[in-house]
Amino acid sequence: MAKEKKTALVRSQERLGDDVFSMWIREEEVSRARAGQFISIYSKDGSRLLPRPISICETDRKAGAFRVVYRVVGQGTREFSTYKAGDEISILGPLGNGFVDVEDHRRVFLIGGGIGIPPMLELAKNLRCEKQIILGYRDQVFMDQEFEPYGQVFVATEDGSAGTKGNVLDVIGNNGLKADMIMACGPTPMLRALKQYAQDKAIECYLSLEERMACGIGACLACVCKTKDVDAHSNVHNARICKDGPVFRAEEVEL
Amino acid sequence: MKTAVSIAGVELKNPVMTASGTFGSGQEYGEFVDLNLLGAVVTKGVSNVPWPGNPAPRIAETYGGMINAIGLQNPGIDVFVKRDIPYLRQFDTKIVVNVCGKTTEDYVEVVERLGDEPVDLLEINISCPNVKEGGIAFGQDPKAVEAITREVKRHARQPVIMKLSPNVTDITETARAAQAGGADALSLINTLTGMKIDISRRTFAVANKTGGLSGPAIKPVAVRMVYQTAQAVDLPIIGMGGIMTAEDALEFILAGASAVSVGTANFHDPRATVKIEEGIRTYMDAWGVEEIKELVGAVR
Repeated sequence: MAKEKKTALVRSQERLGDDVFSMWIREEEVSRARAGQFISIYSKDGSRLLPRPISICETDRKAGAFRVVYRVVGQGTREFSTYKAGDEISILGPLGNGFVDVEDHRRVFLIGGGIGIPPMLELAKNLRCEKQIILGYRDQVFMDQEFEPYGQVFVATEDGSAGTKGNVLDVIGNNGLKADMIMACGPTPMLRALKQYAQDKAIECYLSLEERMACGIGACLACVCKTKDVDAHSNVHNARICKDGPVFRAEEVEL
Repeated sequence: MKTAVSIAGVELKNPVMTASGTFGSGQEYGEFVDLNLLGAVVTKGVSNVPWPGNPAPRIAETYGGMINAIGLQNPGIDVFVKRDIPYLRQFDTKIVVNVCGKTTEDYVEVVERLGDEPVDLLEINISCPNVKEGGIAFGQDPKAVEAITREVKRHARQPVIMKLSPNVTDITETARAAQAGGADALSLINTLTGMKIDISRRTFAVANKTGGLSGPAIKPVAVRMVYQTAQAVDLPIIGMGGIMTAEDALEFILAGASAVSVGTANFHDPRATVKIEEGIRTYMDAWGVEEIKELVGAVR
């Protein structure tokens, strides 16, 4: 059957912080998504044409539902934050590649920064290997306790209000943490630093990237990132974050 | 009911086409729509060599529209011919290849490469606002429009559609120039040059500073320009600019367009094209229109 936009039902919505919201949505296909995939959510307001790409935070296959945790950054996400249980919304997905499988014997850093933290929850739930979960925030901490069942959790805040004062690399350094693999999602400066760290330590590293998108399905070429080698699809040094990503091997991309 | 239209001797089963740059080469949308249902697929612009395009961010949403400055990123004619044409040829739809270049020679090179390929029509992009050389530089000066049209026509094996820029004082001047140069058809409008400022970062919303405004915000401008052009020249017109619904498409057709291209709407709904095609038939049925040609330019 051809893919199409789907109508999905909001099950619940709650506020996790000043501008961070958590919404459970019922939709069978997305409930079977891979960790690291995302969905497009379409605004009900006709003046806002473009869907907003939002990462999938966790899924509940039995209930045929999934959860998104997102930050209100503009009119579109502000509209989403007003949705209530029972509201019908328009979505497309799951989209993108998601994180790779990891063998059980690996020791992995799962690292999230800011609104890059939510997609790491589904990954934390799914991976059976040894996990050290490092969460970086500017100030207000959210979701940290939800990670507790899945590994050792470390928190960093830029203002020092919780956990280590500083960033996720300060957490690693201060606690002498070690891993043989990194999986991360967060702001570009954090990902850039992690890429360098992984290169210095010669460990495998996967990064989930973000960019403004229009189509979300790989056609418009809005959300490109620079790649080290000529990309097979574009035939230039550009990969599509929505279609070829959002997860890339760190050495593939130039940040 | 007859929905077929003819553009420069090429018969399209219906007037719904895709707008260049919004539909890739059809492959991504092939998962969402049956490409056999489209009058034609217009590909993303292709140049003689691969183009990397502009830095990100490349797009920004605006009220009722969006600004893009992709910069005509494309894999170049070699990959396009090897990969994209064979993909599209599997479907019973017409293939329109959008051609871009920095110099007249660039355009000619691509047009010549396409001469032996199974493509139906060429659409020459002389109106992209997001590249420094070529593109719009050709499209704003009637003399340059006529010259490049003539040169492309001299080398083209397929009928040539010139895609016009709305960023001019009088679009009928460039339309007449294209006609004088031997164009077989016109498509209009390309995007309107625009700008958006990000007030929280205090910088431009797209890295290129300016970009092309598209979407329903520009539709009334586009309908007006299609109408004026239809009065001024004797060439088939492919109308585009903010078409979201069948009603929008019909406005363009009534204003004088023989066919329409659906662009930004694909981002709002990947199935927009086929919904518009269906809506046009519903309208024809409801109003007892036997041939869509009856509607073309019916408003005068």
